[in-house]
Amino acid sequence: MRKASTVQKVAPPGPKSNKNKKKDEEEAVDAGGGRVSYGKALIKPPDQLELTEAELKEEITRTLTANNPHAPQNIVHYSFKERSFKVTSAVDQLAVLFEMEGNLVHIDSDEGRRLRAKEILANEPATVNTGAEADEEELALPEEGGREVDEVGEEDRPDSVASKTGMKEQKATNQFNFCERASQTLNNPPREISCQTEPPPRSVFGATVSQWEIYDAYVMELQKQEKNKEKQKAPTLRKDVDKSRNKTMLTETANDDITKVRKGAKILERMVHQNTFDDIAQDFKYFEDGSDEFRGQEGTLLPLWKFQYDKAKGLSVTALCWNKKYPDLFAVGMGSYDFNYQGRGMLVFYSLKNSAFPERIYPTDSGVMCLDIHEQHSYLTAVGFYDGCVAVYNLKREGSEPVYKSTVKTGKHTDPVWQVCWQNNDMDDRHNFCSVSSDGRVVSWALVKNELVFTDIIRRSLAGPESAQQRGILACGTSLDFHKQIDYLFLVGTGEGKIHKCSKTYSSKYLETYDAHSRAVDAIKWNHFHPKVFISCSSDWTIKIWDHTINTPMFTFDLKVPVGDVAWAPYSSTIFAAVTTDGKVHVFDLNINKYEEICKQAVVVKKKTELTHIEFNPIYPLLIVGDDRGNVISLKLSPNLRKKPKAKRGQDPPQRTEVEVAKMEKLLSLLREPEESLPA
Amino acid sequence: ETPPVDGRRGGALPSVCPQHTDMPEEMRVETMELCVTACEKFATNNESAAKMIKESMDKKFGSSWHVVIGEGFGFEVTHEVKNLLYMFFGGSLAVCVWKCS
Repeated sequence: MRKASTVQKVAPPGPKSNKNKKKDEEEAVDAGGGRVSYGKALIKPPDQLELTEAELKEEITRTLTANNPHAPQNIVHYSFKERSFKVTSAVDQLAVLFEMEGNLVHIDSDEGRRLRAKEILANEPATVNTGAEADEEELALPEEGGREVDEVGEEDRPDSVASKTGMKEQKATNQFNFCERASQTLNNPPREISCQTEPPPRSVFGATVSQWEIYDAYVMELQKQEKNKEKQKAPTLRKDVDKSRNKTMLTETANDDITKVRKGAKILERMVHQNTFDDIAQDFKYFEDGSDEFRGQEGTLLPLWKFQYDKAKGLSVTALCWNKKYPDLFAVGMGSYDFNYQGRGMLVFYSLKNSAFPERIYPTDSGVMCLDIHEQHSYLTAVGFYDGCVAVYNLKREGSEPVYKSTVKTGKHTDPVWQVCWQNNDMDDRHNFCSVSSDGRVVSWALVKNELVFTDIIRRSLAGPESAQQRGILACGTSLDFHKQIDYLFLVGTGEGKIHKCSKTYSSKYLETYDAHSRAVDAIKWNHFHPKVFISCSSDWTIKIWDHTINTPMFTFDLKVPVGDVAWAPYSSTIFAAVTTDGKVHVFDLNINKYEEICKQAVVVKKKTELTHIEFNPIYPLLIVGDDRGNVISLKLSPNLRKKPKAKRGQDPPQRTEVEVAKMEKLLSLLREPEESLPA
Repeated sequence: ETPPVDGRRGGALPSVCPQHTDMPEEMRVETMELCVTACEKFATNNESAAKMIKESMDKKFGSSWHVVIGEGFGFEVTHEVKNLLYMFFGGSLAVCVWKCS
C-alpha cells in the first residue's frame, strides 16, 4: 500500500513521483527489512514544493469515473461541408486492453456449413482417416482473417495434404505458387502398313480304315522288312559307294554355300578395295594435273594402282593386253625372258576395280610370252608360250586349263612364240589367230571344235633364194602386227632387225623388206588412224616410225637405252609411248615435238628394274606398264599428253579419225617432200 | 483272326506301320513314337490318346493339329503339305494325324 498520496497540483508528475517512490521504497525497506534503522523523521526531498500548513491541510476531492483517461477529450475535425473546424462532443471512451482472435465458427453460419460438408467428404475415403482428421484441423485454420502470409501458408498445406489423400474436389490453386504450362510434342503421323503372307500349301488326303486294310498293310510291311534284311547282307561296297557319293554331295553342298556367297563376297571385296584405295580411284577419275599449264609442252604420268600377285613374284611381265569390251579388265602374261632360267608361267587377269588380287589366274607349265584378247569375243584369249605351244583360254568356262592347246602333232612351234594376234573370222567363220615364232614360221590357227588347226602363212626357211648367207639371215620372227584395215597385210619383225611386209596370200615371198634396226625388233605396231604408218622399236636403243611405202624411216628416236616396247595411243595418231630397260616411260607427241619426248618419267622404285611392256587403255587416259619383277603399274596421263585436235561441235568420230589422219599426213608430207625432191 | 497268327510268329510282325506320310524324316520318327506312346498309354480310350497326341503335336510343331484314332472309319482331309501321318498300330488301330490351321 502506497503511503504517499501527496498529489501535487501543478508539479510535473514525472521526476517528483519517481523521487517519491524512492522515498517510499526507502521507507518500505525500512519497514520490511528492519535491519537498517533510519530515523522516523520525514525526509524532505530537496526540490519538494514548499507549501504552507494551511495549504497542506486543504482537502481535495477525487471522483472515479469510467472515462478512459487516455482518450482525448476534445476532438476537432474539419468539416468540408461547413468549411470549418468542429468539435466532437462525444468521444469514444472504449479502451481495448486485450484482443485475441479465436477459431471457433458458428455451426449454422455459411462458413460452418461449408466446413461440415468438407468434413463429410474427407471422412468418406476409409484409408485416409488420419489424413481426414488432419484435414479438419487444417481446414479450420484458414478461417482466420486478415493475415495474408499465414493464409497462404495454410492453404499450401491443405493443398499438399489434399493431393496426398487424393481428394476429388478441385483445389483452387493460388496464382503465386502454381501456374499451368502445357506443350505438345510433335508426333509423327500414323501410317498404316499391312502385309499378307502366303498361306502354307495344302493338299487333300483320304483313306478308309478297316481291319482287313490294316492286316494287308502289316503283311506288306513285313515283306519289305525281309527284303531289307537281305539287302543288308549284300556286299558292303555299295555302302561305301553311297558314302563317297554322300561325301561328294556334302562337299558340293559345302561349295554351293560358298559359291552362293561368292558373288556377294566379290562385290564386298571390291567395295573394301575401293574404300582402301579411295584416293587412287578419285585420282583416276578426276585428277587433272594442273601444273601442266605451267610446264609448257611437257606432261607427267601419275602413278595409280600397282598390280602384284604373290605367286608371280619371280616372273617377269611378258605380255599385256586390254580387254576391248570391259575396259577395266586386262590380261598379263608372266614368264621369263631369261634363256637359262625357264620355269613355269602364268596368265593373270586383273581388273582396275580390284588391284589387290587378280580376277582370274591360270598357271601354265611354260612361260607365257605373248597374248591377245579377241576384239569381239572378249572371253577368248590366245596365248603363246616359251615352249612353242599356243593355247586359247575361254574365260567363260571354269577351270584353269585352256580350251585349245597346240601340241607337237598339231604343229606347234619349235621355238618361243613371240606374238599372237587374233584375226577376223575366216571364210568358214571360225575364229583364228596368227602366231610368229623364232623358228621362222608364221602360223595361222583356226579353232575347229576341240582342236586348233594350223596353216603356215610363212615358212621363212623356204622364202628367198637358197644361199647360205641369206638362209642365215632368214631366221626368227620376233614381232608381228596385222594391218587394222587391210586384212591380209601384216608386218613381221625379225631377230636381225629387219622388218618384212607380208601378205597372207603370198606365203613364200615378202612384199617388202625394211632394214630397220641393228638388233632384234622387239615390237611393231601399226598406227590406229593413219593406214600407212607403223612404228618399230628395238634393243638397239632406237624407235623408228615408218611409212610402209617408203623404205627409210620417217622419224628416228634414239633413247640411249634398250627399248622394251612401244605403243600408239588410241586417241591420237601422233602420240605414242615407249618403255626402256632403265625403268622409264617416254611419251612422244609428234604434233608438238618431233625430236624429243614430251614426257620422260621413271616409274619404278627399285633400280635395275626393267620395264618390259606398255599398253594404252582404249577408253581411259591410262597406261599400264609391266616390269621384270612381275608388277604391273598403272599410270594416268596428264592433260598435256592427251592433246587432241579441237573437235568442232557435232563432229562424228569418223570425222575425228580423218582429222587424225590429216594431222599425221601433214607431218609426213613435210618429210616426204624433201625426199621426193631428191634425185632418184 | 490276325493277332493269333502274329503271336505264333513270335512278334515278327511289326507293331507299327506307317501307311502314308509326307513328313520329313525326323518329324515322322518323332510323331510315330509319340503316337505309339499315347496308344499304349490309353489302350482302352481312343479319345484320351488322341487328345494327348494332339496337344503334344501342337506344342512341338505349331498349332492346329488334328488326330483321329480308330478301327474302322473313312476320311478325306485337307492338310498342309509335309504335315500328314497315317499309320497303323497294334494290328488293329489306325492313327491319322494332320495339320491344318
